[in-house]
Amino acid sequence: MITLTHFLVLGAILFSLSIAGIFLNRKNIILLLMAIELMLLAVNMNFVAFSYYLDDLAGQVFVFFILTVAAAEAAIGLAILVVLYRNRSTINVQDIDNLKG
Amino acid sequence: MLIQTTVFYFFSGILVLSALAMITVRNPVHAALFLILAFFTSGALWLLLEAEFLGIVLVLVYVGAVMVLFLFVVMMLDINIAKMRAGYAKYLPVGLLVGAAMAAEMIIILTKTNFEHAQANAKPADYSNTQELGKLLFTEYVYPFEIAGVILLVAIIAAITLTMRKRAVSKQQKPHEQISVQRKDRVRLADLDRE
Repeated sequence: MITLTHFLVLGAILFSLSIAGIFLNRKNIILLLMAIELMLLAVNMNFVAFSYYLDDLAGQVFVFFILTVAAAEAAIGLAILVVLYRNRSTINVQDIDNLKG
Repeated sequence: MLIQTTVFYFFSGILVLSALAMITVRNPVHAALFLILAFFTSGALWLLLEAEFLGIVLVLVYVGAVMVLFLFVVMMLDINIAKMRAGYAKYLPVGLLVGAAMAAEMIIILTKTNFEHAQANAKPADYSNTQELGKLLFTEYVYPFEIAGVILLVAIIAAITLTMRKRAVSKQQKPHEQISVQRKDRVRLADLDRE
């Protein structure tokens, strides 16, 4: 019998894996963006699981909006990445220190 | 019930393994392909949760659009993988430690919490997930829905304006100059002597 806990644990594992991915690939912006997508997927998994087990469609509506915003975010992020590469010829996070932050 | 359990463990195993492969492979193209596999298996798991519309939207929008965009950008940029991987071994222990600690904390909390009251009710045979979601989207959530549309429009315009390159040799019309032309700018009356 698959319960809500199974899906929540799966979401937690996915989220932790993407956190680890951000640590491991901290130099490559593309992989950082991919890890963020994986994180959003983990959150969406929780939303869908709650929506099913609590019998409330609002969770799926939220997943719909998260998908929309994530698609917009990926498009703009990759556009910025392309412009950055065109100007600096690098996407290494450590080379992007113009603002001296 | 047994079939559901089997399907769940099969797909979640693939999902976790592909996520693990995504964060550890050397090549960004392979990472993107593993992320695509993760999206596919999540779509299958959402089908198991009776979220048919979202499962299909995940495959269409994410695999069909977002990941293709990722692959396009990864292949367009000339990345020095070896340089990117420098310091990987140094951050491997701390990354795995933080990830494992977070996962352990969340799993402990989740398994201790009692979700017994959360039981899915069987749906009638003519229940349509897409129809119900559509009804909800166009009534209760109609303003957020329209805002989502505006966000997508902003994303389109932003992505195009960011990446559009002006070339010096390209010729283009300037509509504002065309419509603000006056008669005196174009028409010249000349007096010509009669032959």
